[in-house]
Amino acid sequence: MNRYRGNAEAVRNLIRETEVHRDVYLDEEVFQLEMEHLFANTWVYVGHDSQVPNEGDYFGTTIGTAPILMVRHSDNAVHVLHNRCPHKGTRITTETCGNTGKFFRCPYHAWTFRTDGTLRQIPLAKGYEGAKLEDSHAAKGMNPVRHVHNHRGFIFAKLNDTGPGFEEFFGDSLSSIDNMADRSPAGRLEVAGGVLRYMHNCNWKMLVENQTDTTHPMVAHESSAGTAIKVWENAPPGAKKPMAVEIYAPFMAPYDFFEKMGIRVWPNGHGHTGVHHSIHSNYSMIPGYFDQMVAAYGENRAKAILDENRHNTIYFPNLMVKGPIQLLRLFKPIAANKTLVESWTFRLVDAPDTLLERTLMYNRLINAPTSVVGHDDLEVYERAQEGLKVDANQWVNVGRLYDPSEQADVTAETNGTTERQMRNQFRAWSKYMTLSM
Amino acid sequence: MISVTAPTDQELIDFVTREARLIDQHRLDEWLDLFADDGMYWMPLEWGQTDPRLTASLMYEDKLLLTIRIERLKGNRTFSQKPRSRCHHVLQTPQIDKRDEARNEYTTWTPMHYVETRYDEQQLYAAWATHTLAVIGGKLKIKLKRVDLVNCDAAFGNIQLFM
Repeated sequence: MNRYRGNAEAVRNLIRETEVHRDVYLDEEVFQLEMEHLFANTWVYVGHDSQVPNEGDYFGTTIGTAPILMVRHSDNAVHVLHNRCPHKGTRITTETCGNTGKFFRCPYHAWTFRTDGTLRQIPLAKGYEGAKLEDSHAAKGMNPVRHVHNHRGFIFAKLNDTGPGFEEFFGDSLSSIDNMADRSPAGRLEVAGGVLRYMHNCNWKMLVENQTDTTHPMVAHESSAGTAIKVWENAPPGAKKPMAVEIYAPFMAPYDFFEKMGIRVWPNGHGHTGVHHSIHSNYSMIPGYFDQMVAAYGENRAKAILDENRHNTIYFPNLMVKGPIQLLRLFKPIAANKTLVESWTFRLVDAPDTLLERTLMYNRLINAPTSVVGHDDLEVYERAQEGLKVDANQWVNVGRLYDPSEQADVTAETNGTTERQMRNQFRAWSKYMTLSM
Repeated sequence: MISVTAPTDQELIDFVTREARLIDQHRLDEWLDLFADDGMYWMPLEWGQTDPRLTASLMYEDKLLLTIRIERLKGNRTFSQKPRSRCHHVLQTPQIDKRDEARNEYTTWTPMHYVETRYDEQQLYAAWATHTLAVIGGKLKIKLKRVDLVNCDAAFGNIQLFM
């Protein structure tokens, strides 16, 4: 049944000013169109160049549901290739990462490709004389993704020629990635610690919306963060508050705290919570770190970098970055009702190891399949995925603190409990879904 | 100097077996009492992982964090536990890998299957449990329980109880 394919108007009608139709979460055809349009017209995060430090190093991942890989080429640039053999379609690499040397070799018929994707050699090449190889898709090799951009190590790619350029698409939102990298005295990040992978039986957008949902922590996470606070109340007087309690406790901050933290939206669906402060603002200082930052940047600049405590920054469509604790989460769509969440952590180059230790503890306590915070989030997403089957009401509300004068594609700051960033995402969703229809 | 009576192999085996039973029967306060005050529960993320601090783990928890988990399971607003999960261990006989009476350190290695259920879902996990035990105050206590999943690096849904 083609209700949405070839019908941009029907797709646009799924998004109203303050509500969205359930089909954006449930409908397999809408999901397929997201893969073909939304994830092709936007700049999607691929990986970090520290994952492929040496020539021939590769890392395999997906854009939407399509397998791709990034690889360090002999020109030292990171190239992004479609991960299939142009011959029969065989996926070239299956291990997540490795080093391929000077070229990729397909395990099926030994066709080989340079690390920029170009076809290097075909065994028994005589068999293709007069076989129109030069006119075929196969001759093009492992198709490179043409639009690739490296911003301070973060590799983004856009599959389609349509859609804006990198700078235009992200604009000022890059300040969150910049702040994360600036927190290294060397101004550099390295992926470190390993990736937590967490499977969710819900639509990927529920997770993206949750990142700027500031009226859920004290409700959904009362059982974990609230219990952590209660258990810690029994600690002997004067005991030093452990890192784990520092991480859990702010989830129980009152509404007022979240209202005042502020939300900033940017054009094209990007935005962040924590304009003025965040749940990461009051972590203990790590001994030696501030001195290193002052030595690298001078006192004023070092303070400015560390006073920026943004909470969650959404890079539309499916990336969230946490600058103050050097962590990102990638919400990988698998099906309308299935999402793989990858939570990656970074080392601040030249900073004390204790920072990475805290980053890893945060990731473990909040983002792991064994996390008591994650458990309750997943529970509410999965209940929503079920509850949306109710025909009597087919709409999801995103109207909190809606202002009829608010415009799409502007930069604006507002009350931290607004759902404006969710509306911002859906306006961008509508735009990039239909851009190539 | 307090003389410590070294546990027999059978006592070590009985301890590990009972530890799993307490989890399966939801006797989690008794279970927590099996840990030494500085005891840790560790579930690595990497195959053959050696570092719990600067490498990610699924769990690396001291008694405070384990207490938070156990207290949370009792709560009325613990939404992911409505309805509650149940679990079931099948252990091979624990093997005694190390007996160091002088240092009061005993290590056992126990291959196991662990089932966790909730609603209509039942998940099966295969793992090896490594217990590092010591005699403290005349009783065996857990210094470290390490659970290595065969598929430690797979993408899981919720794992809510204790393996």
